[in-house]
Amino acid sequence: MPAITLIEYNGASHTIEAASGKSLMQNALENGVPGIDADCGGACACGTCHCFVEARWLPASGEADAMEEAMLGMRPDRTGQSRLSCQIEVTEELDGMVVRLPEYQM
Amino acid sequence: MNVAEKLPDALTMPLADIDVSDPRLYEQDAWRPYFARLRREEPVHFRADSPFGPFWSITRFDDIVAVDSDHGSFSSEPTIVIGDIPDDLPVEMFIAMDPPKHDLQRRAAQPVVAPQNLAAMEGLIRTRVEDILDGLSPGEPFDWVEKVSVNLTTQMLATLFDFPFEDRAKLTYWSDLAAGTPEMAGGDVTQEEQLTGMTECLQTFTQLWHERKGREGGFDLISLLQRDPNTADIVERPMEFLGNLMLLIVGGNDTTRNSATGGVLALNQNPAEYDKLRADPGLIPGMVSEIIRWQTPLAHMRRTATRDLEFRGKQIRKGDKVVMWYVSGNRDETAIERPEEFIIDRKNPRHHISFGFGIHRCMGNRLAEMQLRILWEEIMRRFHMVEVVGEPERVRSNFVRGYKTLPVRLHPL
Repeated sequence: MPAITLIEYNGASHTIEAASGKSLMQNALENGVPGIDADCGGACACGTCHCFVEARWLPASGEADAMEEAMLGMRPDRTGQSRLSCQIEVTEELDGMVVRLPEYQM
Repeated sequence: MNVAEKLPDALTMPLADIDVSDPRLYEQDAWRPYFARLRREEPVHFRADSPFGPFWSITRFDDIVAVDSDHGSFSSEPTIVIGDIPDDLPVEMFIAMDPPKHDLQRRAAQPVVAPQNLAAMEGLIRTRVEDILDGLSPGEPFDWVEKVSVNLTTQMLATLFDFPFEDRAKLTYWSDLAAGTPEMAGGDVTQEEQLTGMTECLQTFTQLWHERKGREGGFDLISLLQRDPNTADIVERPMEFLGNLMLLIVGGNDTTRNSATGGVLALNQNPAEYDKLRADPGLIPGMVSEIIRWQTPLAHMRRTATRDLEFRGKQIRKGDKVVMWYVSGNRDETAIERPEEFIIDRKNPRHHISFGFGIHRCMGNRLAEMQLRILWEEIMRRFHMVEVVGEPERVRSNFVRGYKTLPVRLHPL
């Protein structure tokens, strides 16, 4: 099981044993990590599971498709490391990945 | 109150005759069985004939998310209500635009309702809520809509626009006119009244714009639009300026106003939930989401098909109106547990459809939630109960699900 570290905006760090095949968002919620709302339940349709993937993990986390791009485009705090965690599928390759959570979801 | 006009029987009428655009369904609060039948028997439903022309209805939660997310196939242009925009008022607003223009204009307005800006406003909102509640007289019945819901959201709107505070009632008046005609959503505002009001709205804001030009700082909506290069000259395009003003006025007013009233009604109809709330005011944030689901302040959003396509086995043609009934999606038993019930401590209360999904998802959702949260925090500090003492009078519209009046009496702690 890949270990993934999520760091809240206030600095609180959570390392979870993530289940491969599920999204990062699902894994975070199932492990009780705060800071992700996921209002739409994983349909890439609300933008409330926004996270920042540490640069060196970006290639392994995959690429945002057109819909995710469109949703990320509405985020005032978007950066080059922005992803929607519901669109990142956890794989063994992501073992050790670090992602940061934003100040707020909207 | 109007004498209720007789409506056809939802369970026995031919499916093809069901017309959920009939504004009387909402005025009489009679919509539930019609949508329940559509969700069950024909979740993607075609109505060939209505005062708004032929239209498709999308009634299930997941199908609404699919349509809302596919802005390539389902355009928000020319408008997002079931009716048409009046010829003499061809307004343009970003809720009724597709990318890329939509994205640029939305981005310009978004910072005003971003949570960072909201945190700075929280103290001011709380003071205003306290003043409103402290000005009420316990014991005597009064209209909650007028004294609290309208008052609160109008003050909020004046703050967001930095609008002259003493003239703020005009904002509410314009908001009521904006989508109030029979042609747009079955309301009772005349086109002439709407045109006169909207002209005044445009003139007032054009003047404000010029007065404010060059002023430093300012996090109100006008200053933000002036500072963003994509909207800095929007005042030169009056129908676009007016359209976006109407959008922000209606979006920031009608919706929260009617949730502020709906919450009182819901708690009165569900006394056990009111007891839960008294026992644990920590339930307020989740309750706010549940109120917004239960009320569904906007009953629908409309799209227009950009091409011929098949959707859930139905042939939709290019140019067809496709209406997503949020009011039905929020009652969909396949997506929400016990959807007909008002439950303030639901496990997943944010999973509702009232804010829409996809690129047009409600921009002010966090502001709305914050206003309602503060309202209920302050209500619970003062009153054992806001008791409903008569029937609410509802708005005749298939778009705005709202209340004209709700008589209440306060019981102090």
